[in-house]
Amino acid sequence: MTTASRARSAGFHVYSLLIVVTLLKPLSNLSLAWGMHRFPEFLSLQPVQYLRASLEPFVILGIVLQVLWLLTRMSLLCIADLSYVLPMTSAGYVISTLLGKLVLHEPVSASRWAGAVLISLGAALVASTPGKTASGSA
Amino acid sequence: MRWVLVMIIVVSTVVSDLLQSREMKLAAGGEGAAPGLGRVLALIASRRDLIVSIVCMAISFFAFLALVQTQPLSFAVPASAGSFALETVLAKLVLREQIALRRAAGALLVVAGIVLVA
Repeated sequence: MTTASRARSAGFHVYSLLIVVTLLKPLSNLSLAWGMHRFPEFLSLQPVQYLRASLEPFVILGIVLQVLWLLTRMSLLCIADLSYVLPMTSAGYVISTLLGKLVLHEPVSASRWAGAVLISLGAALVASTPGKTASGSA
Repeated sequence: MRWVLVMIIVVSTVVSDLLQSREMKLAAGGEGAAPGLGRVLALIASRRDLIVSIVCMAISFFAFLALVQTQPLSFAVPASAGSFALETVLAKLVLREQIALRRAAGALLVVAGIVLVA
């Protein structure tokens, strides 16, 4: 494999992982929010309540998605900077806002949509920088 | 109470992300390839700081659960993204990542966007 094709393949790998990480988080948040809205008790500092909440089917689904998100993002952090991954996956905030409106019927104001546009522009700007600058010697 | 929960989420997320990023880069060495999920699980089992990072993430997770029970998702998610700015600065200071002008400008736009969305 030539250096150029190796670089293309690595770039493709980074983008594939970015897409998966970006989609998993808002889906997990939606599932957790849905599950917690259906949970009848108010959460205090008692661990038993958290355990009971963790048995709600949508909370279980949210936890499974969260674990998948965590493992995929850890894999991504091997090949990309944290300061690159954070803005690039911030599209998840836009998706969360959309899901909040479409699925949970939460109100979304014009300033929230403006925020979504800024997040997208910022992510696009970061996407034009190299994904990895640190060797991990910190 | 909601801002106490937001603060718990932000602090534990920052610690968790910095530890994860440092440990995963150290584990990758100069290979330049992302490990599969099985290899990531093996790394978690063998590196103490990765376990600490997951404990921090669990604290953040349970605080998030308590937050979304009483607050709308469209508040909880962007409010807890306060960690974003802090992490970008610490990525430069602690992880020695090079934050060029374009990346810094992009990160600032994202922070402004998150503030508006919140």
